[in-house]
Amino acid sequence: MRGARLFSVGLALLLLALAPHVLSSYLLVLLTQAVIAAMLAMSLDLLLGYTGLASLGHAAYLGLGAYSVGVLTTQYGVNFWGTLVVGIVLAAGAAMVFGLVALRATGVYFLMITLALGMVVWGLAQRWVSLTQGDNGISGIPKPHLGLPWSFSTSTAFYYLVLVGFLVTYTVLSVVVHSPFGQSLVGIRESETRMHTLGYHVWLHKYIGFIIAGAFGGFAGVFWAYYNGFVSPTDVELATSVEILLMVALGGRGTLLGPALGAGIIVLLKNLVSVYTQRWLLILGAIYVLTIIYAPEGIVGAVRRWLPGNKAMALRGRPIGQLEL
Amino acid sequence: MGQLCPVEALRGTRRAGFPYPQPRVLQMELWITQLFNGISYGALLFLLAGGLSLIFGMMRIVNMTHGSYYLLGGYVGLTVIWQSGHFLLAILAGAVAIALLGVLEWGVFLRRLGGQELGQVLTTMGIALIFQDLGLVVWGGEPHTIRVPAALSGSYQIGSLFFPVYRLFIIAVALVVGTILWVVLERTRLGAMIRATVDDAEMARGVGIHVPLISMGVFALGACLAAVAGVVAGGFVGVYPGADFEILPYAFVVVIVGGMGSLKGAALGSLLVGLLDNFGKAFFPELAYFTLFAPMAVILAVRPTGLFGRT
Repeated sequence: MRGARLFSVGLALLLLALAPHVLSSYLLVLLTQAVIAAMLAMSLDLLLGYTGLASLGHAAYLGLGAYSVGVLTTQYGVNFWGTLVVGIVLAAGAAMVFGLVALRATGVYFLMITLALGMVVWGLAQRWVSLTQGDNGISGIPKPHLGLPWSFSTSTAFYYLVLVGFLVTYTVLSVVVHSPFGQSLVGIRESETRMHTLGYHVWLHKYIGFIIAGAFGGFAGVFWAYYNGFVSPTDVELATSVEILLMVALGGRGTLLGPALGAGIIVLLKNLVSVYTQRWLLILGAIYVLTIIYAPEGIVGAVRRWLPGNKAMALRGRPIGQLEL
Repeated sequence: MGQLCPVEALRGTRRAGFPYPQPRVLQMELWITQLFNGISYGALLFLLAGGLSLIFGMMRIVNMTHGSYYLLGGYVGLTVIWQSGHFLLAILAGAVAIALLGVLEWGVFLRRLGGQELGQVLTTMGIALIFQDLGLVVWGGEPHTIRVPAALSGSYQIGSLFFPVYRLFIIAVALVVGTILWVVLERTRLGAMIRATVDDAEMARGVGIHVPLISMGVFALGACLAAVAGVVAGGFVGVYPGADFEILPYAFVVVIVGGMGSLKGAALGSLLVGLLDNFGKAFFPELAYFTLFAPMAVILAVRPTGLFGRT
């Protein structure tokens, strides 16, 4: 099992690394977008999949990261590293504040409170016109300058930069979820009461998980802004938060690569389908509904169910939503 | 989000240069106007969110389609107005059509997703997107306004203050609906059954209440009221694509602040949100949504279940 996993991760990385030599430039741009979305989905999965907390405000962190880049590059000429640090610190800081409010609640209340907190950030993006340009968004974000001898203005170079960001996200989150701390999060997902009885500081563990997820959301947001060269309130709106949830649910909660896969599928479908039809929203809506009906534990869960020898694991995976939220 | 902001349109004439010193009388007038606008917007929000609160309290369903009911209700009303010219008929048609739609959605999808928050969010979001796109296909992308009967247009003048009749009408509708709901909930057998289901569905089932039927009824009621709000709102902010997701957070905020499952909470929450939104936009335009959502976060930090919510 472990060998097979290492093999598939290695193969995926090899394919991703070779992609620029194979794909057309259009597809490479799409792949870049997919990889950034994958970072975002993995960061949310730490909350949703591992801790069992469904957050409806994850786009807030994406927005904070992205707006850091937008404001700092266009108004202050800050380089990549500056925007990266500010973006992550801002997102993590917001998560620290939001966590204090949101983690007092569970279940539907947690959903609603994170939704409201996400709307706070959206409201600022929409209305704080002197800083964010409101509805028009901030355009003209330059390609990142890292102070390195080579430039990241070509799509191939930028793709590799994003890929490095993805690897960092994957590695750190992977270490986190396999650490005793990550295991305690899973324990909290399964039974908060039991973890409490065992002497774990449940709230603190959830709080730290919440902040890590927020920080990586901001990290992805920084790349998102450089990718688009543009930030607008759409990046922060409720529909974006729900779309990230969909990516995680579609790929498979509680596995890091599942959500990454889900993100890739959504991004590719979104862009490729809208070439052929204007009814993209209809199709996206159908994907939402069909995911819940036919693949409640996501693609990874469905595949596991069919793989021989994994029956026990598949049985262990519970249908979606039956988490102790 | 859309270009047309409902609240902006609701606010009516914007007084230029407000924060600068003005004669005392003007200040007073401004306050009264803002207060009136806030209350009338709160009344609209109450129509939208009153039913949603009951749905939440009873079924714990996170329904992202609620904004779609508002939008589609407005569209149905629009079509009826175009065909017949009858305003009341438009409200009625919108309400009935959307109530049926809600029952259908509940019966096909939501009934089996009880207690699965994530499944509910994603399913209802998917349905909301489908509705949004269908709305676009059927009614096109242009904003429309529902023509209001002559009796409801114009405004009353008291001194130098103008009170648009249509806003008074909305307040009246909300008061009537609120009173009926209150009487039914507090004074009838049906209301007792609904309250029992909100309090403890399992126990209610145990004493012989047909919980699925009650749930379906309440769901239909919520959808129906949202549609009424949509038609009524169509009379002054218009019906346009994107209105669904624009209004949805407001509905949620009202429910969260008031507390799920509490009619009193929904009423107070609507009023609070209507006023906060209005005064926020008038006095701190740059931080408008912040002044709406931040106090809410504070309320939640103190009382995570809302002002009148039960755990």
